[in-house]
Amino acid sequence: MSAGDIGVSPGDSSFAEAGPELIQLLTPEGERVEHPDYAIDLSPEELRAIYRDLALVRRVDVEATALQRQGELGIWASLLGQEGAQVGAGWALEDQDMAFPTYREHGVAWCRKVDPLDVISLFRGCDNGSWDPLATKFNLYTVVIGVQCLHAVGYGMGIQRDGSDSAVLAFLGDGATSQGDVNESFVWASVFAAPVVFFCQNNQYAISEPIEKQSRIPLFQRARGFGFPGVRVDGNDVLAVLAVTRKALEAARTGQGPTFIEAYTYRMGAHTTSDDPSRYRLASEMEAWKLKDPIERVRAYLIRSGQADAAFFESIEAESDELAARIRKGTTEMPDPDPSSMFANVYAEQTPYLREQAEQFAAYRASFVASGDGAPLVGSEA
Amino acid sequence: MAPVTLGKAINMGLRKAMEDDPKVLLMGEDIGRLGGVFRVTDGLQKDFGEDRVIDTPLAESGILGTAVGLAMRGYRPVCEIQFDGFIFPAYNQIVTQVAKIHARSRGRMPMRIVVRVPFGGGIGAVEHHSESPEAYFSHTPGLKVVACSNPVDAYWMIQQAIRQDDPVLFFEPKRRYWEKADLDTTVEPEPLFESRLVRPGHDCTVLAYGPMVKTALQAAAAVEGEGRSLEVVDLRTLSPLDLGPVFESVRRTGRCVVVHEAPTNLGLGSEIAARITEECFYSLEAPVLRVGGYDTPYPPSKMEEDYLPDLDRILDAVDRSFTF
Ligand SMILES: Cc1ncc(C[n+]2csc(CCOP(=O)(O)OP(=O)(O)O)c2C)c(N)n1
Ligand SMILES: [Mg+2]
Repeated sequence: MSAGDIGVSPGDSSFAEAGPELIQLLTPEGERVEHPDYAIDLSPEELRAIYRDLALVRRVDVEATALQRQGELGIWASLLGQEGAQVGAGWALEDQDMAFPTYREHGVAWCRKVDPLDVISLFRGCDNGSWDPLATKFNLYTVVIGVQCLHAVGYGMGIQRDGSDSAVLAFLGDGATSQGDVNESFVWASVFAAPVVFFCQNNQYAISEPIEKQSRIPLFQRARGFGFPGVRVDGNDVLAVLAVTRKALEAARTGQGPTFIEAYTYRMGAHTTSDDPSRYRLASEMEAWKLKDPIERVRAYLIRSGQADAAFFESIEAESDELAARIRKGTTEMPDPDPSSMFANVYAEQTPYLREQAEQFAAYRASFVASGDGAPLVGSEA
Repeated sequence: MAPVTLGKAINMGLRKAMEDDPKVLLMGEDIGRLGGVFRVTDGLQKDFGEDRVIDTPLAESGILGTAVGLAMRGYRPVCEIQFDGFIFPAYNQIVTQVAKIHARSRGRMPMRIVVRVPFGGGIGAVEHHSESPEAYFSHTPGLKVVACSNPVDAYWMIQQAIRQDDPVLFFEPKRRYWEKADLDTTVEPEPLFESRLVRPGHDCTVLAYGPMVKTALQAAAAVEGEGRSLEVVDLRTLSPLDLGPVFESVRRTGRCVVVHEAPTNLGLGSEIAARITEECFYSLEAPVLRVGGYDTPYPPSKMEEDYLPDLDRILDAVDRSFTF
């Protein structure tokens, strides 16, 4: 038996076509189109603000990728190509809503007012993310695929018990939909009608594995089997994403239970800076997706509809440059963490055993300083 | 005889195992077209096909659970867990099923499964990519656990593991994947479940496995000129432990330091120290000392050099063993 026998062949692009269910409000050419179920009415100011977020988020990403190349970051997971999905989702969140990201949601972090440097510090190896997840209503990044979906549902169950009117937005990738925890989170969300929206960015790949390695049906259709609605939205259309996600979050807040959103998009970059996508996908595929760029279409629409002029785009460009410079400076000047901090917060109540170990560690380190050598005597091999 | 890297040696070992036995299958995330994130399975799907080198859905419990079924049908699945920290979704399958089915079926259903796990730190990675979970599995009856430390062992040990009739957790020292050694593929290997004396000495016995073997050897070399002679044993097998040669060594040196990256609290070193104390009590000049990761979560990478045992910490422990 081969994969062909079950009607799916790797890299079969027809399988990857979005299909008629795709919800779109702004075409790749920047043309506004209407949808019977999803309307959106944004002021020119709001549209320009969305464009600004898209542009700045991309700039953060480009700068972080460059910083990684220059050895300033250990690794970086690029969101290139997914700005529309993330900014759309970020805009749909109300202040009181809680977001549960993976490790790629830098665009949502931005919308939650998390400083990009607090995200970068994780990828630099200084900490596990230095923002306050409760204050920002943006959970810490989660690297173990899928686990956060259950946390999101539990958080939603808490909301139900508190009688509050907030909702939860759980992010996941296409690959993550295969995990047991994710499927359990669908069951729980469904059974308890939890106020959770699952926001799946189908960027067509889980590292090297194309979506057909995870599913024989379009992902959004799976939701039905779990007992809640699934929708597929053009993930590169920020307006459609915003409209669809807003509606789903509103349904969650008003007791109508979960929704699964498949944001159909494409990972334009490598999985991370450690990855080499030329080993598993064709450049032509990327060329095709370039035409569906999430930012260009907003720009085209703003220009065509006369809602932004050249001066506006220049100001955004200037702001991007400033942001990039701030990120560069903030990264290269970021202090290394104090190694003794690894002993901090392991427990709410420090154990005597660990306290003793921390003291021994401090004494051991001090012995190198005492011997006139700031660093260990013999360099550690790596 | 050409020098090969440890990663390539495992690749060659897997290839040989697949050529020797058509029942051998490889399963894992990104192991096919990509050849694995460390390229350990590079080229194998091209040569053996998608039915034998399987890019699985992204679900570790799925990988191990279906491996159980395949093993029941007489296949020999070799499962790759992409990084140590991602073995836990499969923990249930490994500990409650893989480990027990042979016993439950009264030997009718051998679990001929190998789980390959790149483990350990030192590569500057983010969370969950640098861990050393070997003790959890060594603690579980029914599982066998080994760790290779060099390319030659890697080539032979992976083949031997695949030939076992018991499930084997095969830990690969990821930071050593690029280390090279001359590999003679014609030399008859020694048995899998044996430890090996890799450097003779007479003052103190240093025990290590996986990535720490090289560090222990460097420590031994560093103090050679100072007139201190360390004997280094590569444990190679963690469950069952092969401590005969270790007891013999400790009876001569009277001192012992056990090194691993995993946290010391209830780590492999604790069991080893207990066994040495039981067997060599009257030969010991000092208690067996443990050098390991601290009992904290594996820290962000900027701190990992402080967390991981290194040459200095090994020598510090050796020095301490002389103060008793
Ligand atoms: C439990 C677990 N297994 C494996 C990995 C390694 N890994 C990191 S990202 C990734 C692919 C994720 O794909 P997807 O869910 O589509 O998200 P994307 O990276 O495309 O955003 C894998 C396999 C992991 N982080 N966690
Ligand atoms: Mg993906």
